[in-house]
Amino acid sequence: MNLATEAADATGSGPAALEVTDASVAIGGRPVLRGITLGVPAGQFVALLGANGSGKSTLVRAVTGLRPLSGGEVRLFGTALADFGDWHRVGFVPQRASAASGVPASVWEIVASGRLTRRRWLRPLRRHDRRAIADALEVVGLADRARDGVATLSGGQQQRVLIARALAGEPELFVLDEPTAGVDLPNQRTLATSLGLLKERGATVLLVAHELGPLAPLVDRAVVMRDGRVAYDGPPLVEDDEHASLLDARHAHHHHDHHPGPVQHPHAPHVASPLDAAADREGHPWTS
Amino acid sequence: MDILTLDFMVRAMIAAAFTGLAAPAVGTYLVQRRLALMGDGIGHVAVTGVALGLLTGTSPTWTAVIVATLGAVLIEVIRERGHANGDVALALLFYGGIAGGVLITGIADQSANQLNAYLFGSITTISGADVWATMALAALVIVVCVGLMPQMFAVAQDQEFARVAGLSVRFHNVLVAVLAAVTVTVAMRTVGLLLVSALMVVPVATAQQVTRSFRTTLGLAMGLGTVASLGGLVLSAFASYQWRVSPGPTIVVLALAGFVVMWPIGAWLRRRQRLRAPFAEVPVIGHDVTDEEHPHVHGDDCGHPAVPHGDHVDYVHDGHRHAPHGSHYDEH
Repeated sequence: MNLATEAADATGSGPAALEVTDASVAIGGRPVLRGITLGVPAGQFVALLGANGSGKSTLVRAVTGLRPLSGGEVRLFGTALADFGDWHRVGFVPQRASAASGVPASVWEIVASGRLTRRRWLRPLRRHDRRAIADALEVVGLADRARDGVATLSGGQQQRVLIARALAGEPELFVLDEPTAGVDLPNQRTLATSLGLLKERGATVLLVAHELGPLAPLVDRAVVMRDGRVAYDGPPLVEDDEHASLLDARHAHHHHDHHPGPVQHPHAPHVASPLDAAADREGHPWTS
Repeated sequence: MDILTLDFMVRAMIAAAFTGLAAPAVGTYLVQRRLALMGDGIGHVAVTGVALGLLTGTSPTWTAVIVATLGAVLIEVIRERGHANGDVALALLFYGGIAGGVLITGIADQSANQLNAYLFGSITTISGADVWATMALAALVIVVCVGLMPQMFAVAQDQEFARVAGLSVRFHNVLVAVLAAVTVTVAMRTVGLLLVSALMVVPVATAQQVTRSFRTTLGLAMGLGTVASLGGLVLSAFASYQWRVSPGPTIVVLALAGFVVMWPIGAWLRRRQRLRAPFAEVPVIGHDVTDEEHPHVHGDDCGHPAVPHGDHVDYVHDGHRHAPHGSHYDEH
């Protein structure tokens, strides 16, 4: 039994929302991700952290099928990625500076396009579709801007539009690629409120971030990427703590003893490799 | 008014109306994907198709449809493979298409005049069969562009999201390319291959000056396209009593005139919208009373923009933001 399925069994609720087993990705023949193993049980809020170029966005693109794997396996809700067809169960928020394009589009129209995962061709919107769209706008606090052109919104508001679009499909697993990039603090707080609502509703969240900021209290588990590998996987570290000492502590003892916390972290792929030693030498891996 | 009831004129007007509806419909998706010049690229490729028709003695319309479609798909493939930027891919086809067309026309021993009819349009010489072909192809384009709007909008808006939503991005991209190729050949008789892109793009550019949503942009662009192509045709018909005026350029100039009229309106609307955008709610630092006696009472229709600011309203007034406070105004 591999570690990821072990993690899923620990929560005792069916297959994990996301299971990555020994996955590697090569871009143009150059290995970018190597040996990634990661299981995300249903209902967990996972933050994927790491420096620029550490491979966190590539990992997110690999689990959503946007990047082909060069090895290993990705399973969504227990189904291998190649056979996976229930895309309405996944809500993706790509990394985009703006939600606008060459032609004006209203906030409502963009959010409504998220409903396509559940709509058939040439069918009009049903009442339930409209309710889901209105609800998504409500969650991100933009219900009063529905009719406005998306280009007139601020950067932070446009990020919330993209989240509402993912939300409109009523997915179980959210994958967000740097939703807080380039968003000011007040808007990050609003974003955190929206994501907090999702978490209360039991959504599984995999979120890529450079730094957590106001999202920190929501995070159940932090996965830190470094140079295409998982460098840390466990309870979120408190940002103000002395990072180096935490990492040292982690090596001295098994860190479960140190962070009792909400122990739902399945946490398997603890990599004790030369890489970790390197991380220690150079200090905190995700501030480098 | 007699001229409008002549057979050739009626045929021309039907063709113009259908072209005017179809071209901006595809054009909206091209502009949305920031590929406004794609219609031009396909138009140039279609020149080779027309020349092949002249060479082989088959209908230039159908050879143009085939060659333009192949060219459009080729542009998509080059773009998708990422070997060249979208604009470089277009440039390659621009030059290849026009050079091939002129070369083949020469080999076919046809005069340049023959090609001119396709380069700049010759809507008044359109045959009955061509009108039917135009109507059928244009109707197909309109039905797909309007019927598949949710899917095509989503893919053009955000390809990555569309892919994760389970839509086939490649299918939709090729679909838009093929629709654009069909539209180019349909509009070839109306405005000509060299001006076809104008009918696809200019009405969209005009419409988006005043619209806020995709759906209204698409609808308004189709309306403006029809007005321009019908209006341009009729205008040129009456003008031709006096001057040598061809319909193709008249249609395009009329469409551009529409843009020139709409642009200041759009600029004014955008300015007004910016003025009325609510001010950010920030904790007040101090209580700043306006300096002198205020000679003016702000109100609902005092002429100064009233902008929401938290729980009250600020009146924008000579670079100040005046908020009523008891008997005086605060500077916010």
